[in-house]
Amino acid sequence: MPLQTNSNARGANPQPNWAPDMPIISLRDVHKSFGAVEVLKGISFDVRKGEVVCIIGPSGSGKSTLIRCINGLNNIQKGSIKVEGQEVNDPKLDLLSLRKKVGIVFQQYNLFPHKTALQNVMMAPVLVLREPKREVEERARALIAKVRLQGKEDAYPGELSGGQQQRVAIARSLAMRPDIMLFDEVTAALDPETVKEVLLTIRELAAEGMTCILVTHEMGFAREVADHVYFTDRGVIVEHGPPDQFFTKANDPRTRQFLSQVL
Amino acid sequence: MSGMAFRIEARRFGGGSFCSHVHWRHGLWLGLAFFGSLVFAYAQSEPGQQVPSAISTLILWLPFILKGFGLNLLMSFIAMAAATVLGIGLGLLQISKLPLLRWPAWFVTHLFRNSPWLVILFMVMFLVPFEMYLPGGERVMLPDWIKATFAFSLPVMANISEILRGAINSIPKGQWESAESLAFTRGQTLRWIILPQCVRRAIPPWMNWYALLALATPMASILGVREAVSNTQAAMEASGARPEFLIPFYLFLLCLFFAYIYPIAIWTRKLERKYAVAN
Amino acid sequence: MFQLIAPFFQDLYNRTGLNFIVFYDSYEYERFLSGISISLQLILWSIVLSLVIGILGAWAQSARSPVLRGLMDAYIQAFRNTPPMIQLLFFYFALGTFTPQVDMGGYYQPLISSFMWAIISLGIFGGAFNVEIFRAGLEAVPESTKEAAESLCMTKWQTYMHVTLPLAFRISLPALTNNLVSLAKTTSLAYVISVPEMTYTLNQVWSDNVNVPEMMLILFLFYVLVVSLLAAGLHFLERRLALPGYGQ
Repeated sequence: MPLQTNSNARGANPQPNWAPDMPIISLRDVHKSFGAVEVLKGISFDVRKGEVVCIIGPSGSGKSTLIRCINGLNNIQKGSIKVEGQEVNDPKLDLLSLRKKVGIVFQQYNLFPHKTALQNVMMAPVLVLREPKREVEERARALIAKVRLQGKEDAYPGELSGGQQQRVAIARSLAMRPDIMLFDEVTAALDPETVKEVLLTIRELAAEGMTCILVTHEMGFAREVADHVYFTDRGVIVEHGPPDQFFTKANDPRTRQFLSQVL
Repeated sequence: MSGMAFRIEARRFGGGSFCSHVHWRHGLWLGLAFFGSLVFAYAQSEPGQQVPSAISTLILWLPFILKGFGLNLLMSFIAMAAATVLGIGLGLLQISKLPLLRWPAWFVTHLFRNSPWLVILFMVMFLVPFEMYLPGGERVMLPDWIKATFAFSLPVMANISEILRGAINSIPKGQWESAESLAFTRGQTLRWIILPQCVRRAIPPWMNWYALLALATPMASILGVREAVSNTQAAMEASGARPEFLIPFYLFLLCLFFAYIYPIAIWTRKLERKYAVAN
Repeated sequence: MFQLIAPFFQDLYNRTGLNFIVFYDSYEYERFLSGISISLQLILWSIVLSLVIGILGAWAQSARSPVLRGLMDAYIQAFRNTPPMIQLLFFYFALGTFTPQVDMGGYYQPLISSFMWAIISLGIFGGAFNVEIFRAGLEAVPESTKEAAESLCMTKWQTYMHVTLPLAFRISLPALTNNLVSLAKTTSLAYVISVPEMTYTLNQVWSDNVNVPEMMLILFLFYVLVVSLLAAGLHFLERRLALPGYGQ
């Protein structure tokens, strides 16, 4: 079953100032601070439909904050974030309509511990999209199979390994049929063996043409799947480029130092 | 690993650890209610007649009521001391290797933990004789307040026994094993290794039980012990049993206990937080 | 039932002098049954009232109004840190004196009976603890879990009903069990305002018949039984609702 859906199929309201050939996400001079600490100091980049973008950089460089701003979980002080032409920072924006387009997967999975894997996946489509239960269940089972967890439908999160929980979390986000998926260091809390299972799922998703933004520490993975790599440090984008160029011919000394440490 | 996504922090759910907003300000409300009731009682008493107001009556009887409150405090101190000693003994019996000691200790602990204080009080009052013969043949009178004190110590004893058992069981098994490998006997391990580690953990719940004990001492008035409540009731009776006195007098009693217990609650909470951080 | 056990206890009394009068004298038997019934009703309604107060109070504590929060805190601290017995006396004698009387055709009866006052007073006392228990449960639900619900487009209300509350209730249950059991035991204090519950009834029985040890035994058995059943029921609920894979 192809996971990729298009927004026209479910009749999303067309944006007058946006066409599918324009960037699906577009950030301009984004500033964000927590109190006196400025975390993002003017970030700008574009993501096109179907592109896979990896954001790498040392911890504390604002990568996670950046990704959370795109989902509207954090709001920004200055600049603009547009998703399919919709301004995220607009106070009048209907956050629900944004989040239906943008799915997010967290480092700590954040599954609902009192619901089974299947119920976790089904919850939002049933409650939020008000789709018929039977239809949702069918789709949820297919998604769980998709992330290779057949037979675990009735397991509770506490009974699953970290990698399994993370794949349920991915299925849970996909059940909302998003156009864009955000991955916030999804493998950082996992055992090395289970990292592979999760990366495999993401790789398949990317191959199917899902627009993905990943914050990751897996350099090998970034090099393999990314269309474009951004390196952030201290709240700014230091360097970016296609992976071949980025990983071999980095210009900036900070990037080179970082790469020499992690590669 | 799987616990990371949804961690329930056990230390937040220990006994009595729920008052996070403890602040002196809260006592103010009770105090305000008390003075408000005085004003109310003053307005109620008919003007012109030569009847003393609630406040002057209260001041007149204050030493008498405070004397009763002193007995409440005395009972709470003695009962707590007895409960601590007996409770530690009972707790150690509960972890004894001999079933013959362990089972009776378990039974006594659970009987007194699960019975209402009032029932225990009745039991001691009616079933313990009012005089006792010492081994030397001397006769000792047991006044009611001593018997009540003993009664109050029983439920606290049972709970301390259970706290101790829980604290000892919470010490990792490796401690026992490493002590054994160093040729410590079971008693030596308990005395030198296990119990010192339990003491700090047990202090906040111990203080919590002291507060509950002090709050239970007014029950002694039911059986005629002249403590704060029975003295207050006697004072109201003696000053003409006027209904408008009921609210200020009972509120005064509530304030009296609050003023004593509340600082203890704040202190307990502080220690709890300190140890929670230290652990 | 009475016909069945009466001869045995009559015989026991005649032969050994153990006077379990409530089991062979029909008048005392009726008194005993009514004591049980009143005690159980008192426990039930105090628990129900304390739970209602706990839920409303926890909600009030998360309210934005500082006045409401301050009042809630004052209520909790005042009732947790004063003797429940004096609270009962205060409600019944001090406040009860000023509640209106109802004309019952010739004689007057207070609008609120001592039984009702006991429920009110004990419910408010137990509620003060429940507020804190529920609040701690609500606070213990991780922010990140609520955030996940938010990112899935759930509304505030949906998140509250389907994620926060079910988790908070499970987290609160062990502490709630302790408090409700202790509240059930505290109901014996209704004795001081002459509510004819178990403690009061058996007191009258032993004053009339001078059989303190026997009645004391029954009193102990009654409370141990009630408390054990209540605790067992709540523990059963705890196990049923336990989150698989978490805890022991």
